[in-house]
Amino acid sequence: MSITASDSRSPQSPSSVGRGPRVHCLWNLQVQLLIALVCGWGLCGSLPRGETAEPLTLDPRVAEVESQRIEAVARAMPSAVSVFVPGGAGGGSGVLISPAGFALTNFHVTSPAGTYMRCSTSDGNVYDAVLVGADPVGDLAMIRLLGRDDFPAAEWGDSLAAEVGDWCMVIGNPFLLAGNLQPTISYGILSGVGRYQYPSGTLLEYGDCLQTDAAVNPGNSGGPLYDAAGRLLGIVGRCSFEKRGRVNVGVGYAISAEQAQNFLGCLRSGRIVDHATLGATVTTDEIGGAVVSNILESSDAFRRGLRYGSEILEIDGRIVATANDVQKVLATMPSHWRIGLRYREQGETRDTLVRLSSVHGPDELLVKMAGAMPPPPPRPPAPGRPPGGEGDEGAPHPHADERATEEIPAFVAEQIVERKGYANYHFNLLEQQRFSDALRSQFPGNQPGDSPAWVITGETVEDSPQPVRLQVVAGQMAVQIGDRPLVAGSKSELYEAVAAQSVAGVLPALDAWRRMIANGPQKFGESYYFGTMPLAGQRPLRDCLVGIDGELEIRWLSHPESQLVEVIEVFADRDSDPAELWLMRDPADADRPQGFELRYGTETRWKVNIESWELVDPSALTPLVKEET
Amino acid sequence: MRPVTMEIGRGGEAWGGAPGVGGEPQFHVPPHFEARPGYRWALVATCCLLMQSGVSAQRPLGEWARQAQQRVVKIYGAGGARGLEGYQSGVLVSPDGHIATVWSYVLDVEPIVLLDDGRRFESSIVGFEPTLELAVLKIEAADLPYFPLDQSATVEWGDPVIAVSNLFNIATGNEPASVMQGMVAARSNLRARSGTFKTPYQGEVLVLDLVANNPGAAGGAVVDFRGRLVGMLGKELRDAETGVWLNYAVPAQTLRTPIGNIIAGRSTTLTPKSIVELPRSDAHNFQTLGLIMVPDILETTPAFIDHIAADSPAARAKLRPDDLILLLGTQRVDSQRGLRQLLRTIDRRDAVSLTIQRDTEILTVELRP
Repeated sequence: MSITASDSRSPQSPSSVGRGPRVHCLWNLQVQLLIALVCGWGLCGSLPRGETAEPLTLDPRVAEVESQRIEAVARAMPSAVSVFVPGGAGGGSGVLISPAGFALTNFHVTSPAGTYMRCSTSDGNVYDAVLVGADPVGDLAMIRLLGRDDFPAAEWGDSLAAEVGDWCMVIGNPFLLAGNLQPTISYGILSGVGRYQYPSGTLLEYGDCLQTDAAVNPGNSGGPLYDAAGRLLGIVGRCSFEKRGRVNVGVGYAISAEQAQNFLGCLRSGRIVDHATLGATVTTDEIGGAVVSNILESSDAFRRGLRYGSEILEIDGRIVATANDVQKVLATMPSHWRIGLRYREQGETRDTLVRLSSVHGPDELLVKMAGAMPPPPPRPPAPGRPPGGEGDEGAPHPHADERATEEIPAFVAEQIVERKGYANYHFNLLEQQRFSDALRSQFPGNQPGDSPAWVITGETVEDSPQPVRLQVVAGQMAVQIGDRPLVAGSKSELYEAVAAQSVAGVLPALDAWRRMIANGPQKFGESYYFGTMPLAGQRPLRDCLVGIDGELEIRWLSHPESQLVEVIEVFADRDSDPAELWLMRDPADADRPQGFELRYGTETRWKVNIESWELVDPSALTPLVKEET
Repeated sequence: MRPVTMEIGRGGEAWGGAPGVGGEPQFHVPPHFEARPGYRWALVATCCLLMQSGVSAQRPLGEWARQAQQRVVKIYGAGGARGLEGYQSGVLVSPDGHIATVWSYVLDVEPIVLLDDGRRFESSIVGFEPTLELAVLKIEAADLPYFPLDQSATVEWGDPVIAVSNLFNIATGNEPASVMQGMVAARSNLRARSGTFKTPYQGEVLVLDLVANNPGAAGGAVVDFRGRLVGMLGKELRDAETGVWLNYAVPAQTLRTPIGNIIAGRSTTLTPKSIVELPRSDAHNFQTLGLIMVPDILETTPAFIDHIAADSPAARAKLRPDDLILLLGTQRVDSQRGLRQLLRTIDRRDAVSLTIQRDTEILTVELRP
């Protein structure tokens, strides 16, 4: 056995390739591979050189390490997805993250496809898939593979704990090689963690990403980066290419699992999701520290006391020491999140909560996206096409050339609803329905269509408690503390209650809740499922439904497991603090709130223990006299 | 073939035995490891094993990589235009802030050096060795982590290595340098392929099976699995015939003596040893040597020769148009103006030694009056 001998037996010079048939060349390659493999085993084994006749024995440590790697690959591979854009418009990779078929990929992989694509997994099956949500700035997209409810989902790894030098692997569809539906695996180490990669073009920004020397090539985009145990560390999506052409030069980047998980809920909403900004710019001070160099007075950070020259110490529990650190943490978050902020202002360290705003204006993101968007998506099916045309993926396509104009199968089209501002409104409708079903099934829920009215009694929590009576009836909203009634008959009075940060700010929150239960999101006003966000900086991420009622914007935040509403926020003005109605629950009887708190900013305005909360017949109530002011 | 077991066996003898045999590991080893040579052997053996097998779900390269990152610096200087990156990498070779890097246009201005700990320094160029494309910088700092060059560290093909550099300037701000892993594919001589690679360096290189030599990687460290510097990444090199890019490093052994000489002042210096100018009529100038230089239009016009006067010392030394003068004696020529000043210190009756670059060749010639 020697390399030289094999070389001489299998000349690879152009002349021999030209002379012989192509098959011959392939065979030679196989021989070489085989010999290389045997040489490889020789490397690892303890046999002296040349004694190939003996059975190979492995050092047990090598055997253990190898078997661990084999196990990790076996664990990871089923969740890797190869994405193909119908019509041969390219493709990429993806990774399954739920048994229901939800998978992550890159926005730039899905954008040529529009809303419909085909995906294969290592089991050799091809599935139809639809776009769910898009994060064009972070280059993430969620898709859903259809046809099963038991897809193999990847297990999440901890990208914040990942370190330089950790072994890792990339599994995907480089150069769209997965024509045989088998993904390609490349192996390497993490070359860098917590990398910030400047925006490329107008949109993409990779904040806090992972860098690997495992080969990442065109077509790997959107695919998984797994750790050595086969857990999902990130979504591969970008490489450093330069003069050597679009092939790997040892540098690939992955969006961190941390960032991807932050966006999961928002992507699931079917929306086009924007990224977050603090409303302030930051520079790195010469003696260290991230110092505010500019701040918008309309930002929540300004309202929470952040000023020019303040030093930012921690964001969302992560220590930041430079402007780069600040940008990295913020780049991993969707807009509208409310997170913890620790800063130093005039020698005093303060902990507070800030609401992040959007990087882009309402239509700005859509305009930029349209600029980055390739051709229009495939059309929905023509009317009259009989349903049930699915299930022929296994068979060879009779007219492969017609795929370019292929229509979306009817059962797939049912999962696609186009609407401005949404990647796929279908999924927002699903989540709205789920959320409102949960609202109706919990206290003080009701049947759809019924217009409930509530009377809530209790007493204030203070040194000398006063009796409280709340009347939540359409057009007759009132709060009575002791003998003093406050009545809000009109929308503008409800708006004023929030704008003036009065105790009557509970009324629009309760009224919106009552109306959402009665009417559902479709009739409430303009409503949408936001996705998930922290509750006052705390995990787990809460489900969030947004309803817009005239000038008021209302957000319901509910616990992801119990689905119980925890906070209702009412914004009268985007640039001022909302009224926050915090429902206090006894873990023993969580369904029924025991009390509530009304907060503005980070201050508690009012706290009430609830004694009774009753459904009443509005006509039986005596009208309260509005107090003259 | 280099079976792993042999590698471990050799390592076991060298490192499990008396301290000092084969050199102590350069990196900090926790005390309980020091007290138990067997344990240390196991650690090294495992590391070796993992690298040889190329894989592990068990032990990442974290500490190894981290220690090497701390000894690599980011260098920012001239450049910045497309295709001419204004940055490269360097390795700390003394605790007092001596940095070995590649000699390049980036060093045309006094470069800024960023340490792994985020500190930023202005640096001065101590000296350079044109045949190796080696330069040594100095920053005013002390007690820095560094790669000692006094131990001989050799690697052979098949040996695992990591390459640490700031390729593509990925490491923004205070982020640490990038780490890549692979093996030494061969030790080979660039001269064997003379003419296909455009470089003045013609000596032995470590050919690497990792894509190390990217923009900005030049000057980065190649480190063996005991944490020793075994090579310095060279500039990007492309085979003129095949278009193939070479991934390589200049062996640390080759660089050791020149770096030592530069630091000790025994080699090329940037500041003239003698600043005593002779009277204009006694000193050399371009005319006495028969040199006609390119028009001096910049503050630092490179010392390119435009023409050679017939029957002059330059003509007898077979100098040619387009030769770039790098050294006068052992002193660096940074510009045409600098060369003129240096010539003022030499008696016109004396011979002048010039080191020039002609295409990729480095030549030293003597000009006799």
